Amino acid sequence: MTYMIEVANLQKKFNSHTALAGVSFRVEPGEIYSYLGPNGAGKTTTIRILTGLTRSDDGIARLNGYSINDNPLEYKAQFGLVPQHTNLDADLSVQENLVIHGWLYGMARQEIKLRIDELLDYIGLIDRRKTLVKRLSGGQKRRLLIARALLHRPKVLFLDEPSVGLDPAIRRSLWGVIKKVKGEGATVFLTTHYIEEAEFLADRVAFLDAGSIVTEDKPAHLMSQIGEWAIDTLQSKHIRSFYFQTRLEAEKWASVHEGEFTLRRVNLEDAFLAKTGKKVG
Amino acid sequence: MIRGWSAIYFREMLILRRRFFKLISAWSVSPLLYLIAFGYAMGKGVVVQGHTYLEFLIPGLVAMTSMTQSFAIGSEINIARFYWHIFEEFQAAPISNTAYVFGEVLAGMTRALLAGCVILVLGALFGVVLSYNPLFWLAFLLNSLVFAALAVGLAMLIKSHADQAMMTSFVITPMAFLGGTFFPVEHLPEWAQKILWFLPLTHASDAIRASAFGVMPEAGNYLILAGLAPLFIVFAVISVNKARN
Repeated sequence: MTYMIEVANLQKKFNSHTALAGVSFRVEPGEIYSYLGPNGAGKTTTIRILTGLTRSDDGIARLNGYSINDNPLEYKAQFGLVPQHTNLDADLSVQENLVIHGWLYGMARQEIKLRIDELLDYIGLIDRRKTLVKRLSGGQKRRLLIARALLHRPKVLFLDEPSVGLDPAIRRSLWGVIKKVKGEGATVFLTTHYIEEAEFLADRVAFLDAGSIVTEDKPAHLMSQIGEWAIDTLQSKHIRSFYFQTRLEAEKWASVHEGEFTLRRVNLEDAFLAKTGKKVG
Repeated sequence: MIRGWSAIYFREMLILRRRFFKLISAWSVSPLLYLIAFGYAMGKGVVVQGHTYLEFLIPGLVAMTSMTQSFAIGSEINIARFYWHIFEEFQAAPISNTAYVFGEVLAGMTRALLAGCVILVLGALFGVVLSYNPLFWLAFLLNSLVFAALAVGLAMLIKSHADQAMMTSFVITPMAFLGGTFFPVEHLPEWAQKILWFLPLTHASDAIRASAFGVMPEAGNYLILAGLAPLFIVFAVISVNKARN
């Protein structure tokens, strides 16, 4: 099996703080692989190392067979990056930002022009091509970042907390775009601390805590390991959750206990809590 | 090795085009004040090296501008780096550090060239037209190459906009006043002249002024600038490489 992303024993320290303590994972072509973890778990450090923005202290990273250390330029040509913060030229237009990106990736002028038309149509900004980036809304800027990352037809798309700070409606439309990207064959590596984002988008999820991958699996498998249903109850000013395989078992448990209960389905937050003893958000 | 430099250069030119008239105005203000205050008012009737002070001053201002405006690319880089985070887009792209340096240095030189032309137009308005021959432009371009490369290198080492301003205060401003811009370096004591010999601007002022006066400039001035340029380019490439950490 040829993996699109291969990472082995990635390590990074910032002074005495260990940001990554030997992370390893592999992602298949066309897969959406999500990194789920709280702030400071090492999500952004991983993505920065994988996109060449930060050097690792040790470990191997390969994209489509190219090593970041041995073939850095070929490696970089394989991916597109949507960073956590907006890094567009605000004083330039939508089109100018995209043209600069095309030139950076050695695309021909005609190809850039055609691809810009295609992508602006794709993200719903076709009528804003001459608009200065500073006049776009937050959601439009996020979509433009995705279009820019896709301009050179990368094999891998890195998304670092793509929907942070966006309202729920815009977040949903962004998820639609990411699904579409996967539908066209790209491999997606996504970091997030939004449970629903990982549940909705990811084929596989890795739980990251204190610079290490605690576990990785399909979201449904991770959740089914602790049950199907959860009951939340307030105990000594803290919410405590109990997990059950069936709704009937949960209701039976509630009927013999006192207090106020909330019955709900198990989510990835529960699975994360069960594995790490911590909450994601 | 330098594939992708055009994207870096193109971006800087788009930004320059967007602010063109503002920049032209900004580039005109200081030289205009220097010309009025030092050249026209204070320097009236003063003869330096056989020329009116206004004639002496204009090549000095051109040399100074080639330094300050090419060095100003450092500020643009830092705005892109600290404020817009554009530098990360370049770091993640499949271009070499050399290509990045090449694009930014060329942008700095272009900026200096345009600002230099503004001085020549202002000089012409004051009735001073000197000899703007190939040796004049060669010294101009070498000086702007030296300072653009230095600016790119330093821009990668500093940690904030405040550091950038400090760099200008401690490196550029003293050089602007002491590098043979406003007075002949020979007017200073010999020990001071020896120190000023180490400043690139002293050599640029000498070469630009001599060629503008139609005198054969000293080859040593060009050799020193041509020697410093690759050194600063290497420094810039190493600094860009270091900035990734």
